[in-house]
Amino acid sequence: MEYFLIIISAIFVNNILLAQFLGICPFLGVSNKLSTATGMSGAVCFVITLATVVTYLLNQYLLVPFGLEFLQTIAFILVIAALVQMVEIVLKKISPSLYQALGIFLPLITTNCAVLGVAITVVTKQFAFGGAAPHMLNLAQAVVYAFATSLGYGLAMCLFAGLREHLAGNDVPKAFKGLPIALITVGIMAMAFLGFSGIV
Amino acid sequence: MSKWHFVTDGFIKNNPTFVLVLGMCPTLATTTSAMNGLEMGLATMFVLILSNIVISLIAPVVPDKVRIPVYITVIATFVTVLQLLMQAFTPAVYETLGLFIPLIVVNCIVLGRAEGFANKHGVVESALDGLGVGLGFTASLTVIGIVREILGSGAVFGWKFIPGDGILAFVMAPGAFLVLGFLMVLFNKYLAKK
Repeated sequence: MEYFLIIISAIFVNNILLAQFLGICPFLGVSNKLSTATGMSGAVCFVITLATVVTYLLNQYLLVPFGLEFLQTIAFILVIAALVQMVEIVLKKISPSLYQALGIFLPLITTNCAVLGVAITVVTKQFAFGGAAPHMLNLAQAVVYAFATSLGYGLAMCLFAGLREHLAGNDVPKAFKGLPIALITVGIMAMAFLGFSGIV
Repeated sequence: MSKWHFVTDGFIKNNPTFVLVLGMCPTLATTTSAMNGLEMGLATMFVLILSNIVISLIAPVVPDKVRIPVYITVIATFVTVLQLLMQAFTPAVYETLGLFIPLIVVNCIVLGRAEGFANKHGVVESALDGLGVGLGFTASLTVIGIVREILGSGAVFGWKFIPGDGILAFVMAPGAFLVLGFLMVLFNKYLAKK
């Protein structure tokens, strides 16, 4: 039951883009077309889940036993950067077609604050679902949380890309062209997502 | 005063928020009030100036291939310094800004200035550029914060001048996007008129 609540909360209620404001730069950058948006979402999903597992273990078995928690920021960003590089190399060898689809987005992901954001949230924040006492997530819950969060990222991204494809054909006042009208559209979308609050 | 323009460029011409559209995450997330926006801007400026100075010093000896990891390590070091300082002296502010202090590491403004300016210029120019861009970022965040605070709770910097409740949506997530969108429209209008 708790896993189910984690998933619903991460995808809809605390949507990473529309409620937590993480990963906005690539969100605005690549959401012009639905196809690039799906590619980016796939890559983000993959990297967030993997990075969370690695940083969780790193924190649990290296930083905490030695009392080095203050190094979290440095350690995590270096691990994520190395991980992204490795994923790129491995994908190139094992699955060239997947590499073709995700390839161009991978280098961008290192500086996507959603990845570092989720990694830090998982090891520092206490969660409380369904009336349970606040507690830290264990590894399985952390993985589920990371995966669901990235699904929420993909959902918001693809919905927005669809809207934006329609916007491109519309006659928008000159000062509103480009980003401003996109931001206002996201604002209205975020308002719609507020409707989910209170479910969990 | 020939170097003064490095500071002023960061304000209008290279305004990080409205022109370059960088560092959107803290811009949207921490501007729930004017004070929060100001604090976030100052925290970013601290990291920006120091990392610009160090990177302009070490850039000549860093091999080209590993420069990005080196820059990220330098930036992450100063973010950690900032985290420890804030935990020691301003724990309340650290608590409010929360996750977005460590996330300065991945703020594209900081890495962008390192890669686009500091590694090609001297120490003084880089420090001034950090100051200018930092001030531009702080000013934008404070303006967004002021607008959201007025609409959301009828106050400025905590001083309440409109009695009653404000429009709650402007303190919450949707208001961030709407206010930034409309401010960007005004900025575009201003630039088009010039």
